Amino acid sequence: MLTIENLSVSYKGIRALRGASLQVKKGEIFALIGPNGAGKSTLLNAASGIVPIAQGRIQLEGEVISGRAAHLIARSGLIQVPEGRRVIGPLTVAENLQLGRQASGVRGSDASDLDQVHSLFPILAERRNQLAGLLSGGQQQMLAIGRALMGRPRVLLLDEPSLGLAPVIIREVFDALIRLNKEGLTILLVEQNARLALETAANAAVIEQGRIVHQGEASALANDPVVADHYFGRATAA
Amino acid sequence: MLMQQLLNGIVVGSVYGLFALGFTLIFGVNHIMNMAHGTIFMWGAFAGLYAVTLFDVPFPVAVLIGALGGGLVSVILDWTAFRPLRKQGAPEFSSIVSSIGASLILLSLAQQLTATRVMRFPFDIFPIVAFNFFGLRIQLLQLVIIAIVVLMVVGLLYYLYRTSFGRQIRAVAVSEHTSKLLGINPTAINFQVFFISGALAGIAGVLIGIVFNSVHFMMGEPLLLRAFVVIILGGLGSIPGALIAGLLIGIIQTLTVAYLSAGLADALVFSTLFLVLLVRPTGLFGGASAVARVTRR
Repeated sequence: MLTIENLSVSYKGIRALRGASLQVKKGEIFALIGPNGAGKSTLLNAASGIVPIAQGRIQLEGEVISGRAAHLIARSGLIQVPEGRRVIGPLTVAENLQLGRQASGVRGSDASDLDQVHSLFPILAERRNQLAGLLSGGQQQMLAIGRALMGRPRVLLLDEPSLGLAPVIIREVFDALIRLNKEGLTILLVEQNARLALETAANAAVIEQGRIVHQGEASALANDPVVADHYFGRATAA
Repeated sequence: MLMQQLLNGIVVGSVYGLFALGFTLIFGVNHIMNMAHGTIFMWGAFAGLYAVTLFDVPFPVAVLIGALGGGLVSVILDWTAFRPLRKQGAPEFSSIVSSIGASLILLSLAQQLTATRVMRFPFDIFPIVAFNFFGLRIQLLQLVIIAIVVLMVVGLLYYLYRTSFGRQIRAVAVSEHTSKLLGINPTAINFQVFFISGALAGIAGVLIGIVFNSVHFMMGEPLLLRAFVVIILGGLGSIPGALIAGLLIGIIQTLTVAYLSAGLADALVFSTLFLVLLVRPTGLFGGASAVARVTRR
């Protein structure tokens, strides 16, 4: 579905990604975990065309999308929910959702998309005329996800959706993601909360210093003592 | 007499508002202080004037050509002076410098073209019809100008707040980065913003050229200075603010010329700005744009 091959990115002379490759299969949740500054967000932003890539290739359902302008990548169906939500604060909830339609491009969207988003996150229907900037963090995250769904994504990219949210809200957001996945949505999830990410995903990769160092089934990675030691914050018997 | 002067002030002020609207639109969306806005206004007036003198077009066509001319110069300005800077992610200040350079080029071109002459629209460009209304003498031209300004402002507000393009413009104003992720093409949005801004300036240019019966290469510069006062007074990036402050400045200026002295007009205009900023540092309608700036980060 989404294939990233040998991706390298340089930021002002620093190599943020060094030949990272991964493959997200149709209909799965794929988690990318790793420490701060390992290159997780860079990988997403390179895929979205926000950051120029130095080397490598990105394919969406066999179609090479790397090298396209960011808005065209979004319109081809690779839609990112950015870190920190980034809702358009001075616009209303409804207007933010309408903006999301833009990414549906030639695939088109209709009223059913809005109904689906409203049934997934009823709070967005309730608050439709409120300014997005006045929502709570959790509601903003729901709006950011709903906005991306309005563009009918083929693959949804999520950058740290749990960041800064209360545990109960995180649960709610992740339950929604699982529900979307069950309905057939392919998701690439970037998370610092490794335990949560590995619980949610089918397959996963660990990224360190711009390189993919582990890759495999999420449950296998969760039981890997090295991964557990590094990312679950608990001491394991050596 | 006072009512008569107030009316004149409203007419001139509404045109100032139109000019300032384009200036504040670019500031609100692209965060650029476009110092070439005065020259765009002037080129709009030139376009209208040349259309009239060379092709003998009627008033409505002259206004339309002024709008197209202003819009075109504004878009070219964006492509040549601002887009290369945006691509490099240059700081906002560099676009001010770039716009000053562009403004000098556009000024010199106009000076060469006209050999520094002051030109006039032919007297029959607009029929001189006046109505008497409770002792108030209202010219048809004044009514038409007010109607054009109202139409433009309502049209702009509708476009920004009721259409999909307007929604995209407001999204790009908050964050170009996020807008791209949503599939919005920022190049198309910037094109629209610069064209609309330039078209408003071009219309203002033709109208001012007819009202004051003079078109020359420096006509935009005093207006640019007043536009600064207008948008700071109205609150940076605020559309209703630009309009109301424009009217206010127009009225103050006209009344000063009528009752005190023409030399005091600018002094009083800037004193008003000073006094308002003492009480409201964000301008009369500054609250909303302050929120926009916070969300922008």
